[in-house]
Order: sequence, then structure tokens, then C-alpha cells
Amino acid sequence: MNAQLQPTGSAYFIAKETELPETHTLSVLVDNEPGVLARVIGLFSGRGYNIESLTVSETEHEKHLSRITIVTRGTPHVLEQIKHQLERIVPVHGVVDLTVRARELGQDRPLERELALVKVAGKGDNRVEALRLADAFRASVIDANTEHFIFEITGKGSKVDQFIAIMKPLGLVEICRTGVAAMNRGPQGM
Amino acid sequence: MSNGQNERREMTGAEMVVQALKDNGVLHLFGYPGGAVLPIYDELFQQEDIQHILVRHEQGAGHAAEGYARSTGKPGVMLVTSGPGATNAVTALQDALMDSIPLVCLTGQVPTALIGSDAFQECDTVGITRPCTKHNWLVKDVNELAAIIHEAFHVATTGRPGPVVVDIPKDVQFAKGIYTPPQTAPRTSYQPKVQGDLEKIKAAVALLANAKKPIIYSGGGVINSGPEASQLLRELVELSGFPITSTLMGLGAYPASGKNWLGMLGMHGTYEANMAMHDCDVMLCLGARFDDRITGRINAFSPNSKKIHVDIDPSSINKNVRADIGILGDVGHVLEDMVRLWRATAKTDKKTLHPWWEQIARWRARDSLAYRMNDDVIMPQYAIQRLFEATKGKDTYITTEVGQHQMWAAQHFHFDQPNRWMTSGGLGTMGYGLPAALGVQIAHPDALVIDIAGDASVQMTIQEMSCAVQYEAPIKIFILNNQYMGMVRQWQQLLHGNRLSHSYTEAMPDFVLLAQAYGAHGIRCEKPGDLDAAIKEMIDVKKPVIFDCRVAALANCFPMIPSGKAHNEMLLPDEATDEAVANAIDAKGRELV
Repeated sequence: MNAQLQPTGSAYFIAKETELPETHTLSVLVDNEPGVLARVIGLFSGRGYNIESLTVSETEHEKHLSRITIVTRGTPHVLEQIKHQLERIVPVHGVVDLTVRARELGQDRPLERELALVKVAGKGDNRVEALRLADAFRASVIDANTEHFIFEITGKGSKVDQFIAIMKPLGLVEICRTGVAAMNRGPQGM
Repeated sequence: MSNGQNERREMTGAEMVVQALKDNGVLHLFGYPGGAVLPIYDELFQQEDIQHILVRHEQGAGHAAEGYARSTGKPGVMLVTSGPGATNAVTALQDALMDSIPLVCLTGQVPTALIGSDAFQECDTVGITRPCTKHNWLVKDVNELAAIIHEAFHVATTGRPGPVVVDIPKDVQFAKGIYTPPQTAPRTSYQPKVQGDLEKIKAAVALLANAKKPIIYSGGGVINSGPEASQLLRELVELSGFPITSTLMGLGAYPASGKNWLGMLGMHGTYEANMAMHDCDVMLCLGARFDDRITGRINAFSPNSKKIHVDIDPSSINKNVRADIGILGDVGHVLEDMVRLWRATAKTDKKTLHPWWEQIARWRARDSLAYRMNDDVIMPQYAIQRLFEATKGKDTYITTEVGQHQMWAAQHFHFDQPNRWMTSGGLGTMGYGLPAALGVQIAHPDALVIDIAGDASVQMTIQEMSCAVQYEAPIKIFILNNQYMGMVRQWQQLLHGNRLSHSYTEAMPDFVLLAQAYGAHGIRCEKPGDLDAAIKEMIDVKKPVIFDCRVAALANCFPMIPSGKAHNEMLLPDEATDEAVANAIDAKGRELV
């Protein structure tokens, strides 16, 4: 009672968020049909979820199945919602939160790899330095002339970040990254 | 359903559409023709199995199909043209999505070769309707058309029901292909789980059996699950002796005349229902989704209870409120297990609930739906009460628009059966009720179908009166006319210093003349003493009626949980003086959304 003594603010009730956000990697197996990617990303934008990285490609051609890997950030409660909301989409076969699965398996996190193509242009010492560092990062040269290299580097996102940061003063021209591909360790499938 | 000669027969896309509708048991179709659906209309013209109802606006077709679906348990079906036909259907699609109504919407599209060229009456229908449907399809190959329509019916009606769109380009309607009859094998990615986890159901029954202060909170899911679910709910209430409340969407699943009924809960629910929700020790939520109009302030929602949530949609469980036991499955199936387990294992001694019922009786004694009668002016609550009395013993269906009248109808009109109450709960669509009533009347030609309306809402889809007259659908539009958008005005009084910004309708049509203009019957009533006779006239007239019931202009809808408040902080009618209402706000509160 005594409602009239206290202020009322709005037609909506907004509770403070107390949980801390986490970054998780989700694998989503879908029928590869027109519009399926739009359904998935439309869900994220429509419900205000984040996408930090998104990778998609058909993985089983004869069954027309695609695997979408999404890196997203949210509180555990929101992440659970994202999983269930994705499962509601009719052409979605299954959703696995790889980060949760890794914890269940007693592991720190799932295996995550990213590929980047990094173009560096320059001459003289910078050029030598770029090639030397690329070697240290196990990046391979896939195209070159006397004025540029294109490096292909594969690894964790943090390794790719680091490589790009190092290349910046050495004549970095452009970068293309694939986004994260991920799966859990061990013999089980998703 | 399909006869042998139709199996794998060659036909045009347009023929396939009509055949697929027949094979899916469709008897009525609400629609509006246009360039991109003319081949289908040509096929409809040449058959008599499916009756087409010509609406006056595509939104009307959608709400009519929703009313049809909600009152029959069958899918509602609509047919509209491309471009504006499809965009006008969007409101009804989103409405059906939020209230889980099975709705199949067929849209015409420009020919495949012109898609993407900004052709006349082109729009990206699947793009526009993707977020407001459960699923949608653009048919590019006539040989896939039949299978897609069958799948559309399957998706719309199974699991958590919802709207679907099948977008059919005009060249596909003309093209010839092979018709495939409905298949029983659904696609592998879509397999809704109907059976609940038995271990969890056992745990739930054990928790309920030991509850001292239990409550059942049921929702629209019980009605969607079918009449058996409502029957099982009644059995469970009878066996357990528990009090039961329901959401707006769930009214009628448990009879309002039942002795365990507490009335509706939520923002405008009864004091006893909300207090019992707040103070309970075990809550059983059946097919409801803890909507913000239900919970009030979420962090003060029923703080000391264990919560059991049964829902067919995994994303509903733990979305707004944490469930201690979440049971994924069809509420009818789960109730069947619960009732069986209760009979087998749980106690039959209801004496332990006596203190709880005594507490509830004290809350009930506050008489939270009370209002001050007036001899000169019709009070809106009184009008609904008289309407309810006059319809007792009749085969009655009620639809509503959205606003104060909707809440008064929910509070003062009482439902003893499911599927009798059609209202726009989730989306809150003004203009829903009149076309919905039309849809209900088409499905139940001999029933008494009343749209309890507001003067503002009803004008949003009033053109469907013309449709009602054309099909001799004797719907009764009972308008609680206070010349305001009453709920907007009430919120302005509560939140915005009673500055009534654009919530008063200065130019109101003469509803009696309007009814006559449409070829319907018009009635006006201004005095409480005349009300019963006027209502009798409305019911007796065998044609569509617009009833202009002039009610007190400034009445507010109470009780009410003001925003940001918990269930036990309701504003009751006897406390809600003008001063109290005006002071229920401060500057800081106004800054919120």
C-alpha cells in the first residue's frame, strides 16, 4: 500500500542489471536456405544482442547444412536467452554454447582460430623487419613484389591482433579477417 | 484429407494454393484482391468449398483471421496482394506473434524476374515480415509451392503457435508443376517438444503438495493447448484446492464462477490475485510468460516463492523470472502427467490450506473492483456488468479493442469457457476487436459476438462494418464512449501532470448515423436507467449493431499497480483520490523511459 506516497516513473519497469557480461562463442547448425543468415543476425539486432564476430559457411554440402560461429557478449542470463531464441528459428538444427561446453569439459575455453590476410607495403629496413616478424608469427607470404607483402596468418584472435599491431608502423595497408572458427576439444561433436 | 486423384497431379500454382488450402481443412479465407494475387482469386471464383470473406483493409483480414483462430482453435487464413497488401498485414502478423495465434498469411509478389527492380507494388515481403512471423517463405519454384504451404500450416499450428507468411510471385501462380499432398514427415530442424520431463514434473508435484501458500497462475498457453488442457487445469485445481489466477490471455481456462478463482492478475488485476502472487510460497505458472504487465517491479516479484514454469517455448523459461523448476512441454501434456501424479501420490487433505484461504478472503474483502455508482451517468464498469448479465445463458463470444474498456471488460465480464475471449494482449493493438468479432462470427454464425470497444480504438478499423453488413454477420459493437483515449488520459494524469495532450477527440462521429450509413443498426444510450432495455435491443436485432454507450468521461481504471511498484503496492480505487493520483509522480520518475 502507500503507493501514492512514492513516485512512479513510467509505463515500463526497468530493473538494474547486476550480472557481469561475458564473451561466449556459439555454434549454430542451420539449413542452408535463402534468408537463414538474415534470420540469425536479425534476431541479434532486433533483440539488442551483440555480435563481435560472425563466420558462416556450408559445412555439409549434401545435407545443405551451414555452421555459423558467433562470438557474442552478454550476461549469463542474456547468453542463455540468445541460445534459446536461436533454437526457435525454424531452420536452426541446434545451438551449442562452446564456452559453456568447454567449462563442462573442464577446459578453459573452446579452440578458436582466425585467419587474416595482412597487406604491408614498404621498402628498406621496414620491409626486412616485416618479413622477420612474420616469420616469428609463422605468417606466410602469399603474395609479394618489391614493394609489398601479403601475409596469411592463422591463430587465436589475440595473436592476429598482436601481429596487426606490430605491422602498423611497418607499412600496414589493409587487413581482411575471417572471424572466429571454433569447436570444442575432445572426441564429441556439437 | 486429399483424395487420390489429386496426388501428384499437374496443376498451376494458383490451383495448388486452393488445393493446398482445401487439403489443410480451410473453410474460410479472409482477404483482399490485387494485381499480384489475381490468378489465385480466379481459382477461388471457380470453386465453392472455401468461402472468401472480402474485408475492407488487409489489417482487418488479419485480425478477423486471428479472431477466427482464437475462437475455433483452428488456424486463421488470410490472402493479400503484394506491396501495400503485405505491409498492411504487418500489424496483424505481429499481433498474432505476440499472442501466439496460428495465422497463415498468403501474399502475392511481383513476378520472380522483377523482384529487386522496385516494380509496381513490390516490397521485400519476407524481409519486412521476418521479425513478425514465426517463419516465412518466398516460393521461387512452383514444384515447391504445395510442400511449402503444407509446411506453413504445420509450423503455424504446432509448438508455440504463431503467424507464418508464404510469399508467392505471380509467375509462380501461373506456372504449372506437380502438386504434392500434405506430408507427415516434418523438416528435421523443427520438432517442438510436447512431452514434459517426467522427473521435473514429479519434483514439481512434490513441491506443490507441500506448499502452505500455493497459487496457480495460468495463461494463454492453456487455451492454445486445446479444451483438454482447460479441463485438466480444472481437475488439478479441484484436486489440489489451490487458488488460481490468470493472465488477460488465459481468461476462461478456469471458470470465473469457480470457487477457487481469484480474478485476473497484473497491472489491473484484482488485489487478492496480486497479493496472493506476492505472498505465495509455491507458484505454478502454466503457459504464461511473466510479461511486464504481470510482474510489476521484477526484483520485487513474488520474492519468497519457489516458481514452477511450464511452457512450450524454451526461450520463455527464465526470460524475465528465474524458474526453480522449468518444464519444457505442451501444457496439456504436462497437466495430464501432473493430475495423474497428484492422484497417485499427493495428499488429499486440504486443511493445511485454510490459513492461506482465510488470508485471501481478507484481501478479497477489500473489494478492489469497486466503483462509485452514479444515477445520472453510466459508469463504464456498470455498463459491462449489465452487458454480462444480459448475455448469461447465451452462446457468447467477446472481443475487445485496447485501453480502459479492455481492462474493465477483463475485470467485470466473466468467462466460464475457453476460446470465448479474444483480445490483443501482447501487442495492444487498437482496432483489433471489430475485425476479430467479424472473424468469430464467421466461424460461429449463430453465436452472440460482441466487441467491447472504446470510441478511439473502434475508429481504427471501423470500415469492417461494411464487411459485416455484406456477410450478414450480426456483430455487436458495444462502444464505451468517453470521448477520450481513456488509458492515455489516465497515464497523462498519473505521469504528466494531467496535461491531456491530444487524448481528447473533439470531433466524434455520430455512431448511430454511422451505423445506419453502413446499413447496420445504431443505438445510443446515455442514462443508466435505459441501459438494460438498450442492451436487450442490441442483442435482439438480427443485424450488425453499433451501440454508442455514453459513459463517465473521466473514470479511471483501478485497481492498478503503478509502474516501478510491486504486487503488494497496488493503488486501490478507494485510495485513488485525484490528489493521490496526481502525486504519484515526481520529476525523477518522469525522466525514466
